[in-house]
Amino acid sequence: MEEEGWLDDEGFLGAMEISETLPGLNAVNMAIIMGDNLRGLAGAAVSVIGMLLPGGIVVMVLGILYQSNHSNPDVKRFLLGIAAAAVGLLSAVTLQIGRRQFRQLPDYAIIFLTFLAVSFLKLPLLVVLLGLGPISVWLYRPKVSKPRAADEHLPFHRGPRHHLFRH
Amino acid sequence: MTRLIHLFLVFSLLSVLAVGGGTAVLPEMQHMTVHTFHWLTDAQFRSIYSLGQVAPGPNMLMVLVIGYKLAGWAGMVVVGIAFFLPDCLITLFVNRWWVHLGGWPWRTSIQRGLAPVAIGLMTSGTFAIAKLSIVNVQTLAIAIVVFGILLWRHLNPGVLVLVGGAVYLLWR
Repeated sequence: MEEEGWLDDEGFLGAMEISETLPGLNAVNMAIIMGDNLRGLAGAAVSVIGMLLPGGIVVMVLGILYQSNHSNPDVKRFLLGIAAAAVGLLSAVTLQIGRRQFRQLPDYAIIFLTFLAVSFLKLPLLVVLLGLGPISVWLYRPKVSKPRAADEHLPFHRGPRHHLFRH
Repeated sequence: MTRLIHLFLVFSLLSVLAVGGGTAVLPEMQHMTVHTFHWLTDAQFRSIYSLGQVAPGPNMLMVLVIGYKLAGWAGMVVVGIAFFLPDCLITLFVNRWWVHLGGWPWRTSIQRGLAPVAIGLMTSGTFAIAKLSIVNVQTLAIAIVVFGILLWRHLNPGVLVLVGGAVYLLWR
């Protein structure tokens, strides 16, 4: 991206922010945003297709091969080994992304509660998102509104109206 | 036809719920395809997930194989559209509005608040694959070694995963 002069660091970080917050695969969201920013709707469409088409073709070739060899014990064993390795990979990725958030107690609480709700209480994802999502957003609610709200209860030093009352 | 409609509904729901990316919806995807609709067995789900790990590009392209296995080429197309299009449209829409939300204080709160939820969901996704694939000491060892290597060095994950498969195939 930088080599082509398409995007500066700030643009990249901004796109990352949106991609991570919105649902969907990060890479696909990034492709949409960059394509859209550079060339509008057509750019977004082309970059998503570019992102998905090569992998899609390969995975389908593998899928068709798998269909005709799924009872082969060696194939099964190979795929099981891949899944086990993927667990190591997913753990590392989750830890590395999570490290950025591992700073405050509420973060640990929300991570733990989400994990508990999905993996042990087996709650539907929709319920977990609608339940814990707003709670977590509320924990990080805008701070600016706080001092303003406190000011409302102070009868004095507030402006011309109170000034008049005192006289 | 009913199956195609079901596939479309299930995968478009998963698409919209994928806060935290593909890994975050794995438990729900497994639950729906294996337990709710009985389309796949746990072992089939695991194998198809592994195919996605081997292919270049996003791992979640493996949903195409699920669609193909259940309803042929039409299934592949329907699942592909259902799983990717809603997110693309949401992102396109939000991207154009994001700038206008710059002064809105809740924008930062939403971003900051959804981050730990996404990490929790990714942990659950990892746990779901672990339950399906850590079946003995060898598989546990492969997972731990891959985890350790990736924390130590940034190696190509696709290659590592392939090596993991080969090691397990030969390690008897």
